[in-house]
Amino acid sequence: MRPVVVAGAGMIPFERRDDDSLMDMLAAAGLNAMDDAGLGNLPVNSVYVGNMASGLFNHQVSVASALVDRLSLLPAAADRVENGPASGGSAIKNGFLAVASGFNDIVLVVGGEKMRDVIGPKATDIVACMTHPEAEYIYGLTLPSMAGMFARLYMEKYGITREHLSMVAIKNQTNGLLNPYAHIQMKITMEGILTHPQSHVNSPVVADPIHLYDCCPVSDGAAAVLLTTEEIAKKLKKPLVTIDGVGQATDTHTLQERSDPTDLKAVTLASEQAFKMAGIKPKDIDVAELHDAFTILEIAESEHAGFFPKGEGAKALERGETQIGGKLPINPSGGLKARGHPVGATGVAQAVELVWQLRGEAGERQVKDAANGFSLNFGGFGNNVLAFVLRRKS
Amino acid sequence: MDMEVEEYLRPPEMDLPPYPPKVVTLATGGKLVIRQASRDDVPIILEAVRPTLKVERDFYDIVGARVYAELLGWYRYRVRDEFCLMGQIDGLLVGVVNTRLYSRELGISLHTLATERGLRIGAHLFAAKMEYSFEYIGQEEVLITAESPIGFRRWMIEYELILREGQHELGGAAPYGLTKELYYKHKDRLVAGERPVPEELLAVAEKEIIVASEDDILEKILGARRKVR
Repeated sequence: MRPVVVAGAGMIPFERRDDDSLMDMLAAAGLNAMDDAGLGNLPVNSVYVGNMASGLFNHQVSVASALVDRLSLLPAAADRVENGPASGGSAIKNGFLAVASGFNDIVLVVGGEKMRDVIGPKATDIVACMTHPEAEYIYGLTLPSMAGMFARLYMEKYGITREHLSMVAIKNQTNGLLNPYAHIQMKITMEGILTHPQSHVNSPVVADPIHLYDCCPVSDGAAAVLLTTEEIAKKLKKPLVTIDGVGQATDTHTLQERSDPTDLKAVTLASEQAFKMAGIKPKDIDVAELHDAFTILEIAESEHAGFFPKGEGAKALERGETQIGGKLPINPSGGLKARGHPVGATGVAQAVELVWQLRGEAGERQVKDAANGFSLNFGGFGNNVLAFVLRRKS
Repeated sequence: MDMEVEEYLRPPEMDLPPYPPKVVTLATGGKLVIRQASRDDVPIILEAVRPTLKVERDFYDIVGARVYAELLGWYRYRVRDEFCLMGQIDGLLVGVVNTRLYSRELGISLHTLATERGLRIGAHLFAAKMEYSFEYIGQEEVLITAESPIGFRRWMIEYELILREGQHELGGAAPYGLTKELYYKHKDRLVAGERPVPEELLAVAEKEIIVASEDDILEKILGARRKVR
């Protein structure tokens, strides 16, 4: 396989974007990535769009075909990639394979979702369509309720407390203040969301023990990366950041079929694959973007990806190791918790953040001397997971 | 002013008990002081309401225009039995709520307008006006309606309001009732605040009602990117 370089990275601020259509957002992010690469007149061969549910959220399908035309990239090949909240990660994987295999030389990967066209309960319902129709959905199971059950088990098994969950929320919202693309720009305190006797009014129960501030917001947004060969990338203007490792694994559709529901096997397997392919270990990673749709997931994923032994993720959090400036900064972008989680965009936005970090372009949230980055895009409730290792080339 | 004619024009007023100020600790750790506004406070409050007339999002323009008219009407004695509560953080006005009493037993909730978003300011202020209606004035029921989906979700769903017959005085929309029983059922979950307000906090709030600039208010309402009609 040929080395694959992320030559361009761009996104638009994640927020509620009433005035933009899904296509406006995808196009803007795509243009930002192409501009960032300084692509000029070089032809884009393929466009992959990570998007989970434009048909349900926006009554529009075939968005990849529409985007190619909107960006005047005809006759580039166009595919929409749907893999739930891991759609963005899957789109990158497909783009990576196209370049690595020699099928294409230049590929644009865009992830985007416009979720705020519908009201909150409807958005929750649309996202819940990824659960098992007969075994889960019909009983009213939603992603927050899955997170609640998972959190309860994980907390009991590993001695994690609500204070740990709140520490993740506070850390990531603090990081979000340093990211102009983040949806949530608000510093929160332990008193305000947990320890004050009336904090339950500010952060009400969503699905016990998950409270409001344990959940990511519902956002609109898009992000894009331009992938190409090392040969072409060297002619462009940006420092080289390569995708050195890609991993993907699946797990049972229903949670009830897992022998241990607290064991995120697909996270472990996908991460192992990515590290093996990159030829490095978790200890070599300088910065990580994990899929903290719920605060408990950041802790659990940090353990399952191999950064900390099981039960030690929360202790590392307590010690400040996952803060910017710590041993392994996790989610310097603010993560899904603060940057936001337009589902199809997330996996691509994680890659964009890593590219900026590895190039030294992350501004106030820059992780010092970051050379190796890791991202994890978590689909379903861990039933389809993608992991990536990105590295800066000297 | 011809007070003889004025007497005919002014609606009669009930004596209402005072609403004791309270302080709510927000998610940011900030302290939201909620206290009763007097007629004399209305001109400065209107300065904070005026910028919202430009904002189409979430029906801020309609809510702002109506709040403006309701408070102006109260200020100039053209609305009967209205009260207004306001929320301040370090003196800065971040929201207002108002209600009109149809009778001693029945209230008509008018509006909740928050100019700071993402901190449940509106929810805390709405809860405060219901607290005033039920716990201090002693009402039996308050009729409520919503002009935006956010309001509908927050009031009608969170408080399990009961659909009533007839028309709400805000545009004739369907009225929903919050009974005393329902209020107390949800109080622990939705009503926050501590009394007495520490003296220094109250002094800051009472010293001056600070109004943010129009740009700041619009940015707070619309988010990071300005999108004014």
